[in-house]
Amino acid sequence: MAVIRDVMPAFELFQPASVSDAQALLKRYGGEAWLLAGGLDSFDWLKDRIKRPAAVIDLSGIADLKGIKPWGDGGLEIGAMTTLTEIVRHPVVRERYSILLEAAESAASPQIRNQGTVGGNVTQDTRCWYYRAGWSCYRAGGNICYADTPQAINREHAILEADRCVAVNPSDTAPALIALDAQMVIRTGAGEQVIAAEDYFVGPGTDITRMTVLKPGSLLTSIRIPGTWAASAEGSGGAGRVQFYFEKIRDRNVWDFALVSVASAMATTGTTIDRIRLVVNGVAARPLRLAAVEDLVRGKPRNEATAVIAGNLAIEGAQPLTFNGYKVPLMRNLVKRAIRGVEDVDWTS
Amino acid sequence: MKLPVNLSVNGQAYEEEAEPRTLLVHFLRERLGLTGTHVGCVVGECGACSVMVDGALVKSCLMLAVQAHGCEVTTVEGLAQRGKLHPIQEAFVHNFAMQCGFCTPGFLMASHALLERTPNPTEEQIRQDLSSNLCMCTGYVQIVEAVKEAASRLGEWRKTHT
Repeated sequence: MAVIRDVMPAFELFQPASVSDAQALLKRYGGEAWLLAGGLDSFDWLKDRIKRPAAVIDLSGIADLKGIKPWGDGGLEIGAMTTLTEIVRHPVVRERYSILLEAAESAASPQIRNQGTVGGNVTQDTRCWYYRAGWSCYRAGGNICYADTPQAINREHAILEADRCVAVNPSDTAPALIALDAQMVIRTGAGEQVIAAEDYFVGPGTDITRMTVLKPGSLLTSIRIPGTWAASAEGSGGAGRVQFYFEKIRDRNVWDFALVSVASAMATTGTTIDRIRLVVNGVAARPLRLAAVEDLVRGKPRNEATAVIAGNLAIEGAQPLTFNGYKVPLMRNLVKRAIRGVEDVDWTS
Repeated sequence: MKLPVNLSVNGQAYEEEAEPRTLLVHFLRERLGLTGTHVGCVVGECGACSVMVDGALVKSCLMLAVQAHGCEVTTVEGLAQRGKLHPIQEAFVHNFAMQCGFCTPGFLMASHALLERTPNPTEEQIRQDLSSNLCMCTGYVQIVEAVKEAASRLGEWRKTHT
């Protein structure tokens, strides 16, 4: 399957200056159009000649899609073409949404964060190497999953919600954005649509060929983060103290995709958990919000006992493949850490 | 169809054109003859093609030449001034921070980007910031030492060059 990656096949390039111009191009080219954000995911596909779009629409010239501005009651609106570096360096993100800073900073490397956008980070395709190598698997429109056979190498694949396809979502910012209850602003042919971040991502049971709800003709324009989950000290705004937890486990400490990651936003009064949003990624084709675990721990003290029952509930129904069984205790322990905090960590397997 | 690529590279203005599919790294090497920027993996893994575009370190194999239209680019050729090596280059030489040298232009640019923002980095910061530049010869130890030395050389250098 070796290909010469130096020279991509020719394509027609469009560099629209406005969202409406981009939409007109999307309408004209339909399924033949390819949206180019930072290019990190896109160029892999094009260089490998696995995706051969006729028209590439480069969004980098659209000023409206860039930058971070205040939104609503103490929140932020982040343009889809804002780079991960801009997010990492933004003072309000640092002060109020440090979980997003941590997640963005954990992605890839300095060069990639300078080029990669938050819209691209949440919308990128899965890293399943059978799929990325161009095999005609379920996700690519075929009728087999090469990662789920007796000989398959599936160490990085799904333990939950697999449905024919066992690929996982690779995004680092996605779980943090879901924990912050972010909203995704999407422009479709029919107008603007705003959906919760957790509903932006789809599993194979919903649509086996897509990672997100975006269909040809649609694009993500911005991400809104409400003020409700901004980090705060106890008593401010009449609510409890809001704290975050983010951890990404990977084979190398830098420059690698997550094996499993966890993100949580938690409001506590004293030691009691008042409100919580808890998300894991790297275990299914979409980042999973663990609503049942949230329900279980709400009103309980933030301690070891709560963490243990939370971790055990989180992994209920997990179905490991041949080589990814380690993800089950890993996910359980990460959930425990998120619930209890990191003092006196007791890892079990 | 070719598109215009008017840009400044190392302070010199160029008015060129390129096919949309042409990567910035190929444009720099083949169109402008600036072969100091190396093509390693071509897929964003090795970092040998790292250059600065409008002040940000990027991998020039992950950018189209036409996307650099109107930008200011700095390549490894832009480091030395008037035939004299840049302090970062001197530090790399002094510390034997290369063997085959293929990755060196990328490491120099990544070190340059790091030291512009962080004049006195810790070893951990150096290792973090150079994490997506790969070297198959040195084992990185001399490179990290070189960047530490470059930081102190640059401190002296800035006193006389600013």
